Amino acid sequence: MTPILSIRDLRKSYADGFEALKGVSLDIEEGEILALLGPNGAGKTTLISTVCGITTPTSGSVTVGGHDIQTDFRAARRMIGLVPQEIALEPFEKVWNTVRFSRGLFGYGADNTRIEEILRKLSLWDKRKNAIKELSGGMKRRVLIAKALAHEPRVLFLDEPTAGVDVELRKDMWEIVAELKQAGVTIILTTHYIEEAEAIADRVGVIDKGELLLVQDKNTLMAQMGKKQIEVMLTEPIQSIPKALSEHNLTLNGNGDVLIYTYDIHADRTGITTLLNDVAQAGLVLRDVQTRQSSLEEIFVNLVSGAPA
Amino acid sequence: MNWSAVAAIYRFEMARFFRTLAQSFLSPVLSTSLYFVVFGTAIGSRIQEIEGVSYGAFIVPGLIMLSVVMLSISNASFGIYFPKFLGTIYELLSAPVNFIEIVIGYVGAAATKALFVGVVILITATFFVDLRIEHPFAMVWFLVLTCLSFSLLGFIIGIWASNFEQMSLVPQLVVTPLIFLGGTFYSISMLPPVWQTITLFNPVVYLISGFRWSFYGLADVPIGFSLLAILVFTGICLGIIGWIFKTGWRIRS
Repeated sequence: MTPILSIRDLRKSYADGFEALKGVSLDIEEGEILALLGPNGAGKTTLISTVCGITTPTSGSVTVGGHDIQTDFRAARRMIGLVPQEIALEPFEKVWNTVRFSRGLFGYGADNTRIEEILRKLSLWDKRKNAIKELSGGMKRRVLIAKALAHEPRVLFLDEPTAGVDVELRKDMWEIVAELKQAGVTIILTTHYIEEAEAIADRVGVIDKGELLLVQDKNTLMAQMGKKQIEVMLTEPIQSIPKALSEHNLTLNGNGDVLIYTYDIHADRTGITTLLNDVAQAGLVLRDVQTRQSSLEEIFVNLVSGAPA
Repeated sequence: MNWSAVAAIYRFEMARFFRTLAQSFLSPVLSTSLYFVVFGTAIGSRIQEIEGVSYGAFIVPGLIMLSVVMLSISNASFGIYFPKFLGTIYELLSAPVNFIEIVIGYVGAAATKALFVGVVILITATFFVDLRIEHPFAMVWFLVLTCLSFSLLGFIIGIWASNFEQMSLVPQLVVTPLIFLGGTFYSISMLPPVWQTITLFNPVVYLISGFRWSFYGLADVPIGFSLLAILVFTGICLGIIGWIFKTGWRIRS
């Protein structure tokens, strides 16, 4: 299957010699949601800006739906929608007009039905006659999305869409993204919130210092790189780990009432049965047993810091 | 050509103008009336006719040029600077539009607004002085070309400026003195010979002279020179804008 977005050896250097992108290559299939994770200054926004035409690449190529972003920029850009990180809106303009402006800018005539549909979907219909400056921060973010969707893009870039918004709005955004995916829109989002990537992405890319460290299916990534732990909760706290359990490499929590066992979920033998037998043999009484898997955040931090996951 | 984008930019910019229509309309009417009261009536009554034209009527083309030039620059510079300032320029840069379409949209709207004000001043002037327009066709062309060329200059200033202070730097420190010293309120034939020669290096002289010629047939410099001057100026501005978009100077990193 031909990817809808294909990035090949994309580089961006600035006059001061700073290399924001160091040969990024990436293919994105139609209809998928890719979350780009990375610390501040990793190159996430530069990557998006370059694909969208805001930043000129130093070298490399990008095609959107088979159209090169430089030689065939009109066709390529028509397929792209961008929701920027910062809330950038003309404060005195009305919601309806600003969405209509975006549609016109991308070469589409005023289609009131389509604009109404977008505004209703984003709960902006009641605010359509309001000036942007009268809206709350959350509503302004919705307007940015409405503008990006006004020309019916097939690829949507969301640059930190939920940065600084409350939990409720974040959940709303996730719902909007899910709906867009249902409609077949390909979504690339950058985020600091790992839980966001965990909740909505199909694949996760990790970028740091201008290099794409990995791109992988989210579940595969978590399965491959995630550790799993069993927390054995005891009815009575203990001072130290009994000698009989020393071969299991357990750790004891601060209160002395939880034994933590880390194991590889892909190993033929996880050692869980033996552990639980040995715990019983050692005369310890269990109150509860819990399992915990590494979050994407832990994986991400480990990847960026270079430590093993 | 993405004419839909041109129309969108033009409409968006004109909407800004119509939001403040009263201010856009009343301000030029008031300032022109004040110019006529001060220069036309109070001082003008003590100045004799210039080649058969009353002083009040003589300054009308210069007054129109003064407002039109300043408004063209401020409208166009503000039009493109404001998206830069707000950050909304991202949308323009990521849209399927080329520089010609962007320029037509922004400069077209800025020139239209200035033209509107020019016509308002012209109509206001008829309440104070007896106007005659000997070459109406040339008058319209001079007015339209002035609006367009100085809107192009304003567009360049808007892209160059990195703060509001810089936006007013060129209009206040360069353009205003050139207009006031370019024969807005006098004929350069009224100056001593040395100053007449120096004044000929002021490009605005050619503009005002040509425009005044279209009204009364009076010109400080030959009409062909005036036409050539404004065409060369327009060409230079277009060349600079073409270079800006080719290199992405101050707009695309």
